[in-house]
Amino acid sequence: MENVISLIIESLKYDFILKALLVGTLISICCSFLGIFLVLKKHSMIGDGLAHVSFATVAIALLLSASPLLVSIPLVILASFLILKLNEKADLHGDAAIGLVSSFAVAAGVLISSVAKGFNVDLFSYLFGSILVIGDMDVILSVILSVVVIIVIVFFYNDLFAVTYDEEFSRVIGLRTRTMNYLISVLTSITIVLGIRVVGTMLISSMIIFPTVTALQLSKGFKSTILISSLVSVTCVLIGVFVSFGFNLPTGATIVGLNAVCFAVFFTIKKLNLI
Amino acid sequence: MNNILKVENLSMQYGKTEVLTDINFDVQEGDYIGVVGPNGSGKTTLMKGLLGLLPPSSGRIDYNKSILGSSFPGYLPQKAVSNDKLFPAKVKEIVSMGLLASKRYPRFISSGDSERIMAVLEKLKISELKDRKIGNLSGGQQQRVLLARALVSNPKMLILDEPTSALDPQIREEFYEIIKTLNDEDNVTVLLVSHDVGSIGKYTKKMLYLDKRMVFFGSYDEFCKSKDMTEYFGFFAQHHFCWRHADGKCDFIDN
Repeated sequence: MENVISLIIESLKYDFILKALLVGTLISICCSFLGIFLVLKKHSMIGDGLAHVSFATVAIALLLSASPLLVSIPLVILASFLILKLNEKADLHGDAAIGLVSSFAVAAGVLISSVAKGFNVDLFSYLFGSILVIGDMDVILSVILSVVVIIVIVFFYNDLFAVTYDEEFSRVIGLRTRTMNYLISVLTSITIVLGIRVVGTMLISSMIIFPTVTALQLSKGFKSTILISSLVSVTCVLIGVFVSFGFNLPTGATIVGLNAVCFAVFFTIKKLNLI
Repeated sequence: MNNILKVENLSMQYGKTEVLTDINFDVQEGDYIGVVGPNGSGKTTLMKGLLGLLPPSSGRIDYNKSILGSSFPGYLPQKAVSNDKLFPAKVKEIVSMGLLASKRYPRFISSGDSERIMAVLEKLKISELKDRKIGNLSGGQQQRVLLARALVSNPKMLILDEPTSALDPQIREEFYEIIKTLNDEDNVTVLLVSHDVGSIGKYTKKMLYLDKRMVFFGSYDEFCKSKDMTEYFGFFAQHHFCWRHADGKCDFIDN
């Protein structure tokens, strides 16, 4: 026990650990606030698709030597609109549209990195996340944007809930369902781009899906699901950062692994009717 | 006139296919109208038009704002739309959706709203279900919850789309009793869409029979006595649908 405490105290002396804890906590709250809408609308894979898109946009940013965050956010938002449009207009099934956009984006990312040569190492750090290289600018942007995402979700909470449960009824009573769908897309895009710095493009979608599905095992209400998934998500991020520091493990993978453990525990509790 | 809804020369189409042609009818306050017709007759399309989910290709749908006020017609869909048993929503959360339209941003649920939600749950005798998860309820209970959601904003008019198609006969009877009480005591105007032309005559006051056009609109007495309808449906079906003869409401057949 003393070892654990001294490890935590020692790790807190490092700047990058503090940054990772701050950014990770905020992003994990964003992810659980958004996750419930995506999972219940059966749009989980949009998160995954957009994460793949962010791989390409990071490659573009590195090619232009620009900030990956600033370049990626608008491009990923555009890609999310493209997915929605393909769904609405082209009579493609939702997951097929995601498949098209995300695989094309990965191909584009690989092509760009092979043409440019020389930043493959950087790109790799975005694939699986690396808390060692979070810059001050990234921290400030992440804090501001995550707070905005959380506030927007709280503000539109009841609209988003209604649209998620019953889109037709929401339209009948005059809620702007299309706007809400686009709003979810914009917020998801921002959250994903913020998250790739910590857990990487390959793993960020699990931050959106895992905590919500874990909470769904036990919760009865909508608000309690969000609360439980936020708690699970933040706990996994905090423990994940310390564990990865202590055992010298990759942070993103550690966080996702902990999420999987939480899910297994909640699932078992539900199946055994322990609560 | 106390028309609550006026439909004039309404035509609706999907793409280039015209589904409904030249529909004209008035709904008066306190009416209880059964909208019936065979599959593919345009019932659902008409309902989508009335709810504003599909724009008319021509003609007009006018609601009387002086009767409806700012409230929109309450709407009860065919089934619990989310078939997802896992959907984490409590009954009171579902019902609160019905209040959102009248609220300003941020549309948070106030304590006054909670009282209205409890009142409507009590009225429908499901107040003990308020904290239950919607997916764990029976079909009849879910239908009542959705009815509560439609009623919580105190609408002057209700539009019901095949509300009982998934219910057992006994639960169905109970459901129609509730609707009848709303219509009789609270003077709520009801539009009930159903494919079951043979049985809803028992509950409704007027009939709107569609088959891509309007075949009949009026009271069941008029339907029963109409020679045109005898020609259209045949003698037996006409008097099976009109429900004038089953319980002694009308013991002669005027032919």
